Amino acid sequence: MRFAPADLRPRLGAGGLVLVLIAPLARPGPALVALALVLALYALEGRALPWRRLIHLEAFLALLFLTLPFTVPGTALLRLGPLALTDAGLARTLTLAAKVTASVLLLSALFADTAPEHLGGAMRAARLPEPLVRIFLGLVRYLALIRAEMARAQEAMRARAFHPGTNRHSWRAFGWLIGRMLMRALARADRVEEAMRLRSYTGRLPRPLLPPVGAADHARALALCAPFLAILIWELAR
Amino acid sequence: MIPLVTLTDLEIRRDGRAVISHAALTLRAGEKLAIVGPNGAGKTTLLRAIVGLERASAGRVTLFGETCGTEAAFRKGRRRIGFLFQDSDDQLFCPSVVEDVAFGPLNLGASEEAAREVALEALAALGLAHLAERFTHKLSGGEKRLVCLAGLFAMRPDVLLLDEPTNGIDAENGARLRAALAGFAGAMILVSHDDGFVSEFASRAMVLREGVLRAAEIHSHPHFHAHPHIHPV
Ligand SMILES: Nc1ncnc2c1ncn2[C@@H]1O[C@H](COP(=O)(O)OP(=O)(O)O)[C@@H](O)[C@H]1O
Ligand SMILES: [Mg+2]
Repeated sequence: MRFAPADLRPRLGAGGLVLVLIAPLARPGPALVALALVLALYALEGRALPWRRLIHLEAFLALLFLTLPFTVPGTALLRLGPLALTDAGLARTLTLAAKVTASVLLLSALFADTAPEHLGGAMRAARLPEPLVRIFLGLVRYLALIRAEMARAQEAMRARAFHPGTNRHSWRAFGWLIGRMLMRALARADRVEEAMRLRSYTGRLPRPLLPPVGAADHARALALCAPFLAILIWELAR
Repeated sequence: MIPLVTLTDLEIRRDGRAVISHAALTLRAGEKLAIVGPNGAGKTTLLRAIVGLERASAGRVTLFGETCGTEAAFRKGRRRIGFLFQDSDDQLFCPSVVEDVAFGPLNLGASEEAAREVALEALAALGLAHLAERFTHKLSGGEKRLVCLAGLFAMRPDVLLLDEPTNGIDAENGARLRAALAGFAGAMILVSHDDGFVSEFASRAMVLREGVLRAAEIHSHPHFHAHPHIHPV
């Protein structure tokens, strides 16, 4: 991304700061402007919108979007039997949808092309809390192994003529499968912890050596944050 | 000279059953001790007991002349012992190879620069310099095992504990592993099913069967030997 810092540390910092700046927006106007700004970044870069990611996200929030307009008290705009669609509810839903979409699009633009392993290094270099970094790195390191284990277990089930259906036998088999995956993951975590202790781990993960952040990257990080700060000031100054 | 590792009348129980009973063993400087035995005999458990991952229900573990009973005592001994796990994925948990190899030296108090330096040296010594910036989870099985070994060598151990080191390793990396171990001057305890590997390295052998440890002899006799070969045509 041309407009974002090339170095992952200021990029992480700028991304985090923009999220913090977007979070307090409470009116549809500023929220929509923030979204428009992010979309403009996509347009300027000629980057395609990550539709799959967006659809996953909006589907997850669908229930909220369906109920929120009817549950926030305010002036009724529309009545559907006992339900009333309120102006405040609609405004709240619009604000929320714009904020969430803007945040996800921004994060996606900043980090979609980054190897997660490098992100872990940047998190440590940025001195984020050690447990957080460890959880993230553990996930990155072992996700592929856990996926492969799951795939093998499912193949083994299919090889013994297992067809999933909505019956007791299927549910029980899935229960065992998930239970076994959890047990194995726990056992793996124990062994990894032992391996760390054997190499004298005392609670400090190595931090990769990285050169200092360049001036251009500082400028890019500032430029990325500034418009969102302006939006927040507009929001607060009403 | 004080022995490096001494086990005295050791008993390890698991789920109420003795997995190791009355084990006695002495490892002296420079010795290469092979422990052989069938699957489930307790070989891994015995190695784990030496570094204190498994606690004795009776008997003693003595490391470098000090009897170890507490985690603190074991922690001191572990600094001089490198344990190569059966499953390398359990041992390689850092994202990149060089970070993983630097993990031990950093824990021993080296600075970031010094630890990286030591790590790169350890990798180069095993002919793995080209792997330094690779991601650990994208290595082959053999490469993973060698990187684990580099991680142990980076801590300059006096004793190596090897749990089935040649399992699941290809011929080329197997040769590298042998070369690396041949160059190791310290003592080692070696658990392996690989007879060729045992006879190449071990100066002494013991057999573990159903939790009982006994001295054994290594002898070699001439063999007329035939095995199938595959050649490209
Ligand atoms: N986590 C465990 N809990 C209970 N028993 C175990 C556990 N791991 C291994 N055992 C038992 O301990 C015995 C020795 O195992 P192990 O030391 O792994 O043998 P080896 O390495 O020689 O194949 C086996 O009988 C095994 O069933
Ligand atoms: Mg074993």
